[in-house]
Amino acid sequence: MSLPQRFSDWFAARGWSPRAHQLAVLAHAEARESVLLISPTGGGKTLAGFLPSLIEISGQAERTGGIHTLYISPLKALAVDIARNLEAPVAEMALPVAIETRTGDTPHSKRQRQRQKPPDILITTPEQVSLLVSDPHAAFMLKNLRTVILDELHSIVTSKRGVLLSLALARVQALAPQAIRIGLSATVADPDALRAWLVPTGETPAPLVLGQPGARPNIRILSSVERVPWSGHSAMYAIPEIYGEIRKAKMTLVFVNTRSQAEMIFQALWEANDDNLPIALHHGSLDVGQRRKVEAAMGEGKLRAVVCTSTLELGIDWGDVDLVVHVGAPKGSSRLLQRIGRSNHKLDLPSEALLVPSNRFEVLECQAALHAAQENAQDTDYPMVLKLDVLAQHIMCRACAGPFHPDDLYAEVTSAWTYRNLTREDFDKCVDYVSTGGYALRAYERYAKLKQQADGTLRLTHPRLIMTYKLNMGTIIEDEMLKVRLASVRRRLGKRVVMGGRVLGEVEEWFLSQLSVGDTFLFSGEILRFEGLDEFGALATRSKDREPKIPSYQGGKFPLSTYLAKRVREMLADPAAWGGLPAQVKDWLSLQRFRSLVPKASQMLVETFPRADKHYMVCYPFEGRLAHQTLGMLLTRRLERAGLQPMGFVASEYALVIWMVRDISLHIGTGRLSLGRLFDEDMMGDDLDAWLAESALMKRTFRNAAIIAGLIERRQPGKEKTTRQMTVNTDLIYDVLRSHQPDHILLRAAWDDAAEGLIDAHRLGALLKRIHGQIVHVGLDTVSPLAVPVLLDIGRESVYGEGRDAMLAEAANDLIDEAMRLV
Amino acid sequence: MPCSLKPRTISSTRPCGLSRSHRIRLSGLDLIPDLSGAIYVPDFQALLIADMHLEKGSSLARRGIHLPPYDTRETLTQLSSVIADVKPNRLIFLGDSFHDDAARDRIDAADLAALRRISAERDTIWITGNHDASPPQDIGGQIAREVALGPVTLRHEPKSLPQGVFEIAGHLHPAAAVESRGHRIRCRCFIADDRRMVLPAFGSYTGALSVRSDAFDGLFGDYHVWMIGSRAIHRFPAAKVR
Repeated sequence: MSLPQRFSDWFAARGWSPRAHQLAVLAHAEARESVLLISPTGGGKTLAGFLPSLIEISGQAERTGGIHTLYISPLKALAVDIARNLEAPVAEMALPVAIETRTGDTPHSKRQRQRQKPPDILITTPEQVSLLVSDPHAAFMLKNLRTVILDELHSIVTSKRGVLLSLALARVQALAPQAIRIGLSATVADPDALRAWLVPTGETPAPLVLGQPGARPNIRILSSVERVPWSGHSAMYAIPEIYGEIRKAKMTLVFVNTRSQAEMIFQALWEANDDNLPIALHHGSLDVGQRRKVEAAMGEGKLRAVVCTSTLELGIDWGDVDLVVHVGAPKGSSRLLQRIGRSNHKLDLPSEALLVPSNRFEVLECQAALHAAQENAQDTDYPMVLKLDVLAQHIMCRACAGPFHPDDLYAEVTSAWTYRNLTREDFDKCVDYVSTGGYALRAYERYAKLKQQADGTLRLTHPRLIMTYKLNMGTIIEDEMLKVRLASVRRRLGKRVVMGGRVLGEVEEWFLSQLSVGDTFLFSGEILRFEGLDEFGALATRSKDREPKIPSYQGGKFPLSTYLAKRVREMLADPAAWGGLPAQVKDWLSLQRFRSLVPKASQMLVETFPRADKHYMVCYPFEGRLAHQTLGMLLTRRLERAGLQPMGFVASEYALVIWMVRDISLHIGTGRLSLGRLFDEDMMGDDLDAWLAESALMKRTFRNAAIIAGLIERRQPGKEKTTRQMTVNTDLIYDVLRSHQPDHILLRAAWDDAAEGLIDAHRLGALLKRIHGQIVHVGLDTVSPLAVPVLLDIGRESVYGEGRDAMLAEAANDLIDEAMRLV
Repeated sequence: MPCSLKPRTISSTRPCGLSRSHRIRLSGLDLIPDLSGAIYVPDFQALLIADMHLEKGSSLARRGIHLPPYDTRETLTQLSSVIADVKPNRLIFLGDSFHDDAARDRIDAADLAALRRISAERDTIWITGNHDASPPQDIGGQIAREVALGPVTLRHEPKSLPQGVFEIAGHLHPAAAVESRGHRIRCRCFIADDRRMVLPAFGSYTGALSVRSDAFDGLFGDYHVWMIGSRAIHRFPAAKVR
């Protein structure tokens, strides 16, 4: 494979030569084949994707009109950055190629111009592709499309965004059957799923091209001179050591798992910052302007460290990072590798990374992650498929582009690999849902959104619906955020008047809703005092407190990956592998072996013991907090039925503790309670259904499905509603729908999401299968070393298993106590 | 006696049942709150219900928002359950029973028949509200702007009250939040001081408004709220309400 002169000269002038994988991708493209390129960051992946298009466009005798190449990136900022990076080679080779971006920020006038005179290469985001094909003009813009490049494919396909994109691409393919797809991906455990995802159903999966692997990362685990905490997630013990590392490095990225953790670490680092090093903070809730400033300062090399969440995880290359510090366990080996990849974008030099476990179990997890990363072993993250709420949104998208025949759309939708198993019946139900809501009670025929015409096609009934679709499309449903403004407090006529000022950023509504006036909390690196809410959001003033009153730690956003969990279990089971662990952690495990038992990798340990006037059961499934919470809900129901009077439970990433009134050790000892029966897989049937139907989690997933499917409009033309002001509370809709039409398509969609995501039902099911006949029980006199961390979480984490009424009754009883004391 | 503790055994989503531990006293009149959001007045054997907003769902459908069209059925099922449980001789609706004046034209035939049956079986009074200034004439019962129940006046919107005058109203859809173990729990509630009581909204699609919001300013002195939990009603003083 040789390059055209202009291109080989350009490579030569830079002292480069095209890499093997770049040429391989080019060969496939010239053979008009879709292809998947898997390559680590820094391997010239983006150029590999664009090279075929640049060569083809510059070789054209004349412009054919329309978009030649569609480049799709998950991040808006990445799209802009790619466009900038591409401009250099195009200018240097003087290629006659027009490159433009189209994101949510692109002004209307530019979009109009793009409609009339499309660029050769359009760089855009997944949502914009849906918007593009909803335009009747799309056929014109895409008629000569040759290539679709999908960047960061591994990250897109695991979410509903990927599912929506797959449907938009099916539409693109129908308008431009000649186009091929080039998928660009980081290393994944199962490339075959991505290969199949890339091509229409039934075609041979896209061939795989592998880039040259990068140098192995150099990962260390912080071995602190301080005591590693038993539980908690703050990692405050390690601040002096993290600061020491920042001082030694040129530029450090400090990754944490949650926004509030970022705030805490940032504040602590500033307190330790005796040298006044420029250290900045970057997370999703900060004001956009402030984030852009931090990014620019990074690019210019003005910063020594940035404390960040996943906001800086993907794609963009901000400056010369030479160290990545990861605070808290990384939860998955793929995430760790992605984050480590942020340091040192040069392929041949190893990335430097430091893991900082925030408690003892995390030491084990960090060790497992380190081994996995050294082997470049990845978590298996399967592409998400077949979401009915997303399909409903896409049907509306298709209707906006003009009348369509359901038979044609069914064929088109099932040509997407993600919908290959969609039945015609479900498809028809989705169409019916879009038209009139899909209710057994046919109340809305006269208000239908789609009407059948004489030729069998369906047509939109009102042009207003197009605007509504455009304003509400997309699959990212964020927590409702409220702006936080710095307020000034004055006294006026003896009254305290709070006036709002500059916006500091945004914070989740649920967080603010738990604050009372006067509470202090960490935000934007400062301790703020909550002054109340006004119609624009929250008001806060600067506080002189040194410690915020409301610690805002929220349990990790990401559950421990199945793959890493398995490694942790294996490591725990094998005392020979404890050698690499810090002495205090080794002692802890040895003591556990002495006092209780260390389970084999295939086993699950259950400990029972009395403490104070309660009886405890602790089990160690290592399956992540979500699966443990679900297990806790189901086990307490069963224990209740068995008469053990459970009082509550707390789930951690590694273990689950349930406490109760009755002596569980005695019940097990006398054979009145069988652990095998208690943990039987049949709890996934009726018990799960009954609990889930009532649970708040289910209502939340229903809300998301209802928004994606367009049942609820977040925005209406001319005015924007906040989710709180939505016409009718989705919880009420959920209750009514569940009691009157439990098989409605949106309830199915919500159940499906809940099982997959929030409750981790699949993982729980796999756990119960795994431990069948493998439960080892130890009855103890007192708490075991392994149980200490999760017992310490009691009172710190929210307690489940007690209903609103119990809590209301308790609040009311406090009052009685107060009243009695006064008497 | 609560008619059911398990919401699944009846088709309505909210349980009902008169509170066994709470009485709200207003000018010597005993008012018993019900889990459904209704109030029973034993002295008059009257059941009071506010803000059903029937056909709220279909009013949105006109704008292309297709909410499940079962809200009227759900509200009526709920109403039937309370009636079966309490067996009142009088039924008094405190306004906004219908979401708009055209609701009558959209209501499903089966729901209309159910509504007529309910009003035919006992004395029924429809107090007018801002949403239903002219409730349908053909559903049985009488229409009134205000009703006197002994010393207390029933009306839709609370009014400013001269000394020694008492009222029961709806309109505001009250909800309250309290804190327990660091959690904030918010529910629909009854709110009352020694002169006035406001009922929560009864309708299945009706939202709720915090009793701390501006709409409640100046209406209540030293008040209490009776919060509606899933199985019981809980009373709190104003100081506990967030």
